[in-house]
Amino acid sequence: MMGALSPGDRVRVRDDYPVGHIRTPVYVRGHEGIVARAFGKFRNPETLAIGRDGMPMKVLFEVRFRQKDLWPNYSGSDNDTLLIDLYEHWLVKV
Amino acid sequence: MHDHDHHDHHHENDHAPVAKDEKIHSYYQILGLALKELLIEKGVITADEVRKAIEYRDSITPANGARMVVKAWTEPAYKVRLLADGVAASKELGLDPGALNLVVVENTPDIHNVIVCTLCSCYPRNILGLPPPWYKSREYRARVVREPRAVLAEFGTRLPETVEVRVHDSTADMRYLVLPMRPAGAENLDEATLAALVTRDCMIGVSLPQA
Repeated sequence: MMGALSPGDRVRVRDDYPVGHIRTPVYVRGHEGIVARAFGKFRNPETLAIGRDGMPMKVLFEVRFRQKDLWPNYSGSDNDTLLIDLYEHWLVKV
Repeated sequence: MHDHDHHDHHHENDHAPVAKDEKIHSYYQILGLALKELLIEKGVITADEVRKAIEYRDSITPANGARMVVKAWTEPAYKVRLLADGVAASKELGLDPGALNLVVVENTPDIHNVIVCTLCSCYPRNILGLPPPWYKSREYRARVVREPRAVLAEFGTRLPETVEVRVHDSTADMRYLVLPMRPAGAENLDEATLAALVTRDCMIGVSLPQA
């Protein structure tokens, strides 16, 4: 469904609101960041949470956002960042 | 408050009655207790095993993480291994990371790291033990991602604007531990003294070691 992502790629987090156990916080949905590193494959917590086996596994990425991109009225430094772990199916390369 | 006859003495607090156990159990606490009792009653587990598991959990303290930090401060090669693979580096010290995926992030003169789990209370429990109550509070979780410098200041940690504050939201399978910088003035301290400087809050990233 999408090409493999690599560190340095610019990605947008899907701006979707499915019901269920979702480990993508709302505050990053729809925002753009940079892939910082890939952590390998893990079982999908969205299906593990409802008693399934979590397969197929999903690649987990650490994604870096500028705080000023996440929070329009961010009061800290322009350099401040937030890194968060997101599964591949929540990320779209831009 | 006291309507009995002990008006003469001056040690009323010493005679305060033992507080009743008035803890109100939530639905899930009751469910947990019921499950535990049933498992014991059916012989699946024993009360002694439950007690031992709690004792093991309680035996894990931030001193484990402090050992890793001090070794990284004193052995540059270990620091490289620690940052590359936190799990292997913890095993080197005889620690048991269990199924933990440990990622160690390094503070530098230019970068300060702080850890949160906005979704729940993910924390490197197998290394540091149980997280402090404030780490699990909605206030910390909501605020540290959007105003980390204000939250850090409330912990007494003020950082210059030139330092990048890097918040790590551990939303998934990885657990984070901050490798703080060795403080100025700690050049000649022995390992035990150094370890005492590395508090739990330093490894969460809300505080800095102070020599």
